[in-house]
Amino acid sequence: MKILVAIKQVPERDAQIHVASDGKWIDESDLNYTINEPDAYALEEALQLKEKNGGEVVVLCAGPERVTSTLREALAKGADRAIHIEADDLAERDTLGVAQMLADAVKAEAPDLILTGLQSDDLGLGQTGVVLAELLGMPHATIIMQVEVVGSGLKAKRELEDGWFQHVEMPLPALLTIQSGGNKLRYATLMGIKKAKTKETKTISAAVAAAAPAITLERVYLPEKQKKTEMLTGTPAEVAGQLVEKLKFEVRVI
Amino acid sequence: MNGILVLMEQRDGLWNRMSFEALAAGQQLSAKLGVDCSAAVIGDGVAALGNELGSKKLAKVFTVEHALLKNYTADGYVVALEQVVKQADPAYVVLPHTYQVRDFAPALATRFGQVLISDVIAVHDGPIFVRQLLQGKLNADYRQTGNGPCFVSVQAGTFRADAVEAGIAAVEVFVPKLEPAQIRNKPGELFRESAQTVDLSAAPVIVSVGRGIGEQENIGIVEELAAALGAELAASRPICDNGWLPMERQVGSSGQTVSPKLYLAVGISGAIQHLVGMKGSKTVIAINKDENAPIFEVADYGVVGDLFEVVPALTKAVLAAKG
Repeated sequence: MKILVAIKQVPERDAQIHVASDGKWIDESDLNYTINEPDAYALEEALQLKEKNGGEVVVLCAGPERVTSTLREALAKGADRAIHIEADDLAERDTLGVAQMLADAVKAEAPDLILTGLQSDDLGLGQTGVVLAELLGMPHATIIMQVEVVGSGLKAKRELEDGWFQHVEMPLPALLTIQSGGNKLRYATLMGIKKAKTKETKTISAAVAAAAPAITLERVYLPEKQKKTEMLTGTPAEVAGQLVEKLKFEVRVI
Repeated sequence: MNGILVLMEQRDGLWNRMSFEALAAGQQLSAKLGVDCSAAVIGDGVAALGNELGSKKLAKVFTVEHALLKNYTADGYVVALEQVVKQADPAYVVLPHTYQVRDFAPALATRFGQVLISDVIAVHDGPIFVRQLLQGKLNADYRQTGNGPCFVSVQAGTFRADAVEAGIAAVEVFVPKLEPAQIRNKPGELFRESAQTVDLSAAPVIVSVGRGIGEQENIGIVEELAAALGAELAASRPICDNGWLPMERQVGSSGQTVSPKLYLAVGISGAIQHLVGMKGSKTVIAINKDENAPIFEVADYGVVGDLFEVVPALTKAVLAAKG
């Protein structure tokens, strides 16, 4: 089975975020980037499916030169090949534009299964996978915890609200968006890192954005506070003392 | 292209409660824009639900009926709703941001060459749709710039279901063209993993731990604080994903929803998926090293500091206060 994993590179979760001077995006100059966490779970699922059923795992990422570090990491963890769609204008493309770019690259590969994270840690729109499936005419299922190959198709465990789950069966080729927590993530081994250097990374250039975006991000800004927060300051012992006062006389739980 | 269409969600004849929040959003947007608001409910045998909508302030109610829509499938819903949206021809399609909507709405929008503006937390004049970025660290204003209908899904709790206005609406049955071969997915029955043994929703005091704890071995200091306060221990998703605490202790959109007297968040940044599960808490105390962590937006008391120093000090002070 040929599995393609679409991954995104995003700012690290504990990165200090500053709004760019034009107010339209974040200041990217001092940021460290990493693999989008749900995509790391998608990669893990792909590697485990390959271990069980054989086949090939190809990782795909669109973005500027810096995303090749995330692709190399995926190769070190066990992916067989990487495809880098060179694109410096991701911010000017909406979900449909990005998914179209991925779809063009996927068509040449004709995978049996496409996996991707259920959403990105930065934009969090949670749609690229579903839109990609729609553009490719493939069945899909979202927020998947487990994947099993059954006959010529798949059985996937969907997470629903309030602790409910559901199995969904579908024919291949198909696309699944993967939820975090279904598997334990592996680390790259020294051997894996060494081997990654011999693996192929193909660079393809993105087509010029075809259409004007359907939605536009006009402004980013710090959220307004929903509550007036009283910030407590001092040494840890002083802060603890103040908190106990609040717990006793305001919250009344002591 | 005119007016607003709200797509309501039901399963086995029962509403998803978030549908009425979406309905309130649709009605408020229609008042703001001075246009009509209609609603649709989709399934097999949804006449009773349609009649219920007939008592709301709506221009029209569509009951979208087909035997193949009995159980939810993305394919069935996308094929049927594409026809409904074409017939109703709305300028805006409003949906609740449920797991089901996340499964089909992006594909539905794609059929119209549009992109769903998902997980909206506010609607301003324009209309401008506000959503969160980077796990709630930033807000972003989005505007529709395409020529088709604008698809919007609203986050849980953004609009009040009890704000839905009553009225009288004509109910129209809509039977979409749908063939069995168009539905590629075979959905199974819904199930739960095991009986939940931890009911966090009843706990008056909850101490909750997040990613800031760093390592599984460090959870002990938070457990000690919970024990000192007589609190239930809870966690944000990453802690349960790592298997450091069982999934049943997870608070958030994929876990439990809680509203205790006190919610003490330790090392939790406050992604929207977590906040929706705990923002009903009476008092929130947050301890986090990042002063810009979104958890402070909903906190009554905040401590910016090293949890490895603050938490043991607090445990000691609580035990001392209790004598």
